[in-house]
Amino acid sequence: MSRIVRQLSLFFASALFVGALVATAQAKERVKVGFIGPLTGGVSVNGIGGRNSAELAVKLRNADAKAKYEYELVVLDDECKPNVAVQVATKMAADKEIIAGATHYCSATAIATVDIYHKFGFPIIVWGAVLPDITYRSKYAEVHRVNGTMIDQNDANAELITKLGFKNVAVIHDTTDYGKGHNAYFSKSLAKLGGKIVGTFGVTADQQDFTAELTQIKSLNPEVVYFGGLTPIGVRVRSQMDKLGIKSVFDGTSGIVSEAFIQGLGPLAEGALAFREGASTEKLPGGKFFLEKYAAQKYDNPPEAYGAFSYAAMDLILDSIEKVGPDRKKVIEELANVRDRDSIIGKITFDDHGQNTVALITKYVVQDGKFVEWDDSEYATGRRKLPGQK
Amino acid sequence: MDVGLLSQYIMNGLMLGMMYTLVAVGFTLFFGVLDIIKFSHGDVLTVGAFTGLATYIGLRSVGVSSTPLLLLAVLVVAILAMAALGMLIARYLVLPLRSAPALNTLLITLMLGTVLREMVRLFYPQGANPKPFPALLPTDSINLGQFNLRLDNAIMLAAGVTIIVGLRLLLNRTKLGLAIRAVAQDEETARTMGINFTAIVLITFAIGSALAAIGGVMNGLYYNEINFGMGLLLGVIGFSAAIIGGLGSIYGAILGGFLFAALQTIGAVALPFASAYKDVFAFTVVIALMAWRPTGLIQEKISERV
Repeated sequence: MSRIVRQLSLFFASALFVGALVATAQAKERVKVGFIGPLTGGVSVNGIGGRNSAELAVKLRNADAKAKYEYELVVLDDECKPNVAVQVATKMAADKEIIAGATHYCSATAIATVDIYHKFGFPIIVWGAVLPDITYRSKYAEVHRVNGTMIDQNDANAELITKLGFKNVAVIHDTTDYGKGHNAYFSKSLAKLGGKIVGTFGVTADQQDFTAELTQIKSLNPEVVYFGGLTPIGVRVRSQMDKLGIKSVFDGTSGIVSEAFIQGLGPLAEGALAFREGASTEKLPGGKFFLEKYAAQKYDNPPEAYGAFSYAAMDLILDSIEKVGPDRKKVIEELANVRDRDSIIGKITFDDHGQNTVALITKYVVQDGKFVEWDDSEYATGRRKLPGQK
Repeated sequence: MDVGLLSQYIMNGLMLGMMYTLVAVGFTLFFGVLDIIKFSHGDVLTVGAFTGLATYIGLRSVGVSSTPLLLLAVLVVAILAMAALGMLIARYLVLPLRSAPALNTLLITLMLGTVLREMVRLFYPQGANPKPFPALLPTDSINLGQFNLRLDNAIMLAAGVTIIVGLRLLLNRTKLGLAIRAVAQDEETARTMGINFTAIVLITFAIGSALAAIGGVMNGLYYNEINFGMGLLLGVIGFSAAIIGGLGSIYGAILGGFLFAALQTIGAVALPFASAYKDVFAFTVVIALMAWRPTGLIQEKISERV
């Protein structure tokens, strides 16, 4: 046998062997699921944390021998921009091979895309956006959400600062749907409790300089500066408050609950308030399990505040596909019946709008460079005081 | 409005104007010598600020704790690195396109800006997050009613004025300045007079980029926070400032920079609508000014440029 023939036969033999391996792996049908979040831009840490968490859910499922399908995660980036989100949502929803998706951290992108998901009959579970309108503006069978809305957190927010004896509040919010929503719900709750909004300032989401707005706020002399927006400009507003000698309490929303907020500010973050629906990740029923598995994957980024929700959303999608098969219509029907479903974030129950009922709001205060639950903090016991607290 | 509050607004506006001016002067210099618009200028500023921050972190980790020394090192490294980057851009991206339409240069530098910005985001550790910038200047402040006068702001303003005066002297009183002005006025004639055209262009890009580095560090010191996207809007505003002032004129850039800052402050404070519209207001006024004086407020004279 000549050398060439020998080499050829070796080649075909190995090709056969590899082919056999692939065939075993392909014994399971491949099913595609999607993830959309902000992977670039100012809030990308949250998007990447969510992406990693969704990926973790898929990896764990694929490692499970009992799973009926082999899952493939399709990840798209909405950049936290509505115009980009509309494009990627259309791309994902139009791909018939993708059965369902965990989508959106930013409210502005989620609200811009719900109509598209409805039009294409593409079932999604929102994993991070908190604007109520996303689930409540229309009644779309396709749209669900595992995390809570911003109404509850703003009620809790207004209640806490009223309880602490603060009355006069100045509001800075970004002019996206997200910031405007926070402004509206917070102002409403505060008015009910007898507090007073002394000034409201809308700012653009990529603004650098807030000295003009903050100088006006300084002259209004509020006890609290409420900030409805996301981490990047939250960091700027807080640090520029210090520059102008504004001593008021910095009162944030779920949008600033991230490691990046504390890293960006250092000691200045101390005493900042923030609110988020659901318990903190460590205290969730499956929090320990989630954090351990997440750490085992050695991702560069932490899961951030909404990682656990992203995991739960993806897990719920995978559960549904396992149960009814890779068919969009059947998945939608299945998701409509989610009641008291166990997950790492606790029981999930979708109401008739696909909204999970998350009654619990966690109040946070930054203490020694960490988001500490208010009730466990030294601020609650009176050992430390917020600026101006009686 | 009381005096304290008014002074605070003026101070805010001056600081903002100083940073815009440093960027605008760069645009004007590049346009002066080569008749090109270099759109990556704002992102060079970002890279400068991040270079400064990296220098600070590096020196701190090897145990340097003297604040003046750190500040000096941050400035020197940022300035030298950006001057080198500016020269590289000029040598390998701008000069080879000399005979191509000016639009190509504009496009290629616009792309370069995106590349620089995304590189900071991807390769600086956790570059997508806002980064705290150390306060390296004394932060003492005097509270005069509503006016919080900070020593670091005063120092930065003074430094900015010194730099611009220095640049003016360099251009008008030195041989190098004479050469730059000669090239700006007429390349061919300058060459026949024995001026090394390429060298002058490279030096001009080095100067302009060094100014951007100073602007970046100043931005960091002023806000104590930098992020990878900070150069984008600064670049657009710096460019607009250079245009309304009169592209090619240093005084025009200064006028444009402070005018733009004033417009933004007025837009945020004095007008009856939400402060989110301040940029809309400022840019609208810029459009109106352009319609009124297409070549800028300080019109370019044939005999003098840069």
